Amino acid sequence: MKHTISVLVENKFGVLARIAGLFSARGYNIASLAVSETLDPQISYMTIVVDAEDEKVLEQIKKQLNKLIDVITVTDFTKKEHLERELILVKVEYSAKDKARLEHSLNKFVGKIIQRQADTAIIEAVGDKEQIKELLETLKGFGIKELVRTGRIAIAK
Amino acid sequence: MAAANFKMNGAEILLECLRREGVKVIFGYPGGQVLPIFDKLYDSDIKLILVRHEQGASHAADGYARAAGKVGVCLATSGPGATNLTTGIANAFMDSIPVVAITGQVKTHLIGNDAFQEADVTGITRPITKHNYLVKNVNELARIVREAFYIASTGRPGPVLIDIPSDVQLKDTEFVWPEKVDIRSYKPTYFGHPGQIKKAAKLISEAKKPLIYAGGGIISSGCHKELRLLAEKINAPVTWTLMGTGGFPAVHHLALGMLGMHGTAYANHAIMNADLIIAIGARFDDRVTGRLDAFAPQAKIIHIDIDPSSISKNVRVDIPIVGDARNILQELLVQIKKIPDTSTWLATVEAWKKKHPLIYREGKMIKPQYVVEQIYEATRGKAIIATEVGQNQMWAAQWYKYTEPRTFISSGGLGTMGFGFPAAMGAKVGCPDKIVFDIAGDGSIQMNIQELATCVCNKINVKVAILNNGYLGMVRQWQELFYKRRYSHVCISSPDFVKLAESFGAVGMLVTKKEEVRPAIDKALEIDNTVFIDFRIEPEENVFPMVPAGEAINQMINGLA
Repeated sequence: MKHTISVLVENKFGVLARIAGLFSARGYNIASLAVSETLDPQISYMTIVVDAEDEKVLEQIKKQLNKLIDVITVTDFTKKEHLERELILVKVEYSAKDKARLEHSLNKFVGKIIQRQADTAIIEAVGDKEQIKELLETLKGFGIKELVRTGRIAIAK
Repeated sequence: MAAANFKMNGAEILLECLRREGVKVIFGYPGGQVLPIFDKLYDSDIKLILVRHEQGASHAADGYARAAGKVGVCLATSGPGATNLTTGIANAFMDSIPVVAITGQVKTHLIGNDAFQEADVTGITRPITKHNYLVKNVNELARIVREAFYIASTGRPGPVLIDIPSDVQLKDTEFVWPEKVDIRSYKPTYFGHPGQIKKAAKLISEAKKPLIYAGGGIISSGCHKELRLLAEKINAPVTWTLMGTGGFPAVHHLALGMLGMHGTAYANHAIMNADLIIAIGARFDDRVTGRLDAFAPQAKIIHIDIDPSSISKNVRVDIPIVGDARNILQELLVQIKKIPDTSTWLATVEAWKKKHPLIYREGKMIKPQYVVEQIYEATRGKAIIATEVGQNQMWAAQWYKYTEPRTFISSGGLGTMGFGFPAAMGAKVGCPDKIVFDIAGDGSIQMNIQELATCVCNKINVKVAILNNGYLGMVRQWQELFYKRRYSHVCISSPDFVKLAESFGAVGMLVTKKEEVRPAIDKALEIDNTVFIDFRIEPEENVFPMVPAGEAINQMINGLA
């Protein structure tokens, strides 16, 4: 089961390595990771998405995260009411005749074309896991040339 | 400007901080990137004990911390100096021992350049320290040293490493001693939840077959008195882990000895039949529980531990209480109003003790168990016993009756061969008035034997009892029992330990007959020098009882049955 875990940490060098180490030492892959400063520049906020093969192991990882000296709080959103979003940038194949069709496809989503060139367009979109998945399916029809994602971020309701 | 008078360089600040932390002794070894620190040590009243290998320094700091109950300090240069410390750091980490390790690092601008004697030491030690620091700014040094000692010695103790580039050691700044340590993200829980303690008291009152399972937390929280009060108040037998050895007097009528893979049969029967296990500062290690799904099927479990990540890690716990064991036991003693009737249970346990005593069979050759018993007799149970790892360690745990905390010093979690001798050296420095023995095997003693020079040069008088069977005995025992006696690379030759000891300026003795055992120990105790006693023991003696790996903890093999 996929877990979304947020970790509030001291904004210092080495913290990310300490956190990543707890996952990698147990053979757990981090599916996505978003890190940024909070309003207080001394504190950073990390959102980690991890696929837990064994819930007991994940429980141990969370406890170990809490034990790290530089970690302030650990929250597992999985069983909490929360909102998740991810931002993606997609470069798709494009020609002027596709314009209407592409814009129509994007209507359903929080997305827009942010740049057009002769044969490509760059689309920016925001959504939750399902919306992003659906949008990518739709865009496959146009031919995706490049895709970058921020990784998921989450906030409690 | 007056302030200029208070300027110090990084090395001076480091030593001033160590002095203020109460450090009297450092175990260390010089090198290129710690030259500024060694230059200041030249005039310092802090004593540096020059080891012969950095691994000896980290084990000595660990042994010092275990015996004296203070933070042990070791110091090494960058690169190989630091990597040589790592086994000792990992050892202290696994056994929750407060150690501060200080390493030199290449100059700040060279970090990451594959500079001479460079290693990413904070990277290497990240998973084996409680915390570590790379000091990039001399203005942060005093705060970091202060935090390092605080983190190492509070909560669940552990090693902290401080990596200091040599240019930072040389940089001048104004020295500011941080009076208080305040780390917002590190606030250990010291007092147990009152509701949980009340629930535990109720469960204890209702128990018919309670058992106390005491771990290393008894020693680190210093709650051996409270443990004894609890056991006597509720009339519960007490078993302990290797790390808990010394936390409860082995001669007490409620004492069951160590449990687990090489525990006493009666301790293992007791834990499998108890209806309530009170685990204190213990972590249900696999060497203790045996096969997990068969462990203590009828028991409710109260688990007292300062580390929340130890709770329900291996076994499901009914009442977890997070906090310092001493505070919690004090409160628990107040809360237990009704004393459970355990007379039937104690009778059952007593019957197991009679039926399955800890025994060994006499033979023509010297028995290792006999040597340990004689060390116990000769030292009247008052010595500090360090051990190596393997059969020697188990015999030392089984056959010496420890009655005081901090008298049994052994590598529990990591199982580090070569730990005992330098740890004994550190223990003797920490407790100079105590007799310190290292109970060793012929394999383990050869792993850090170079520290003999350190002992002799510094007049650190340690007695080393080598239980010499010509084998890497514990591995041989496993090969005998589980690999059809195919003794693959376990027959090990040794130097002439007598001549070796003499060549270092120590005293060596060879003992080949049973009747020579006690006189040799008595003589060693009279000699004002480090003594190696080479006891030639029964080569294929096994440690029994033994629970094969992966079996339930009451499925013991006893070679004597």
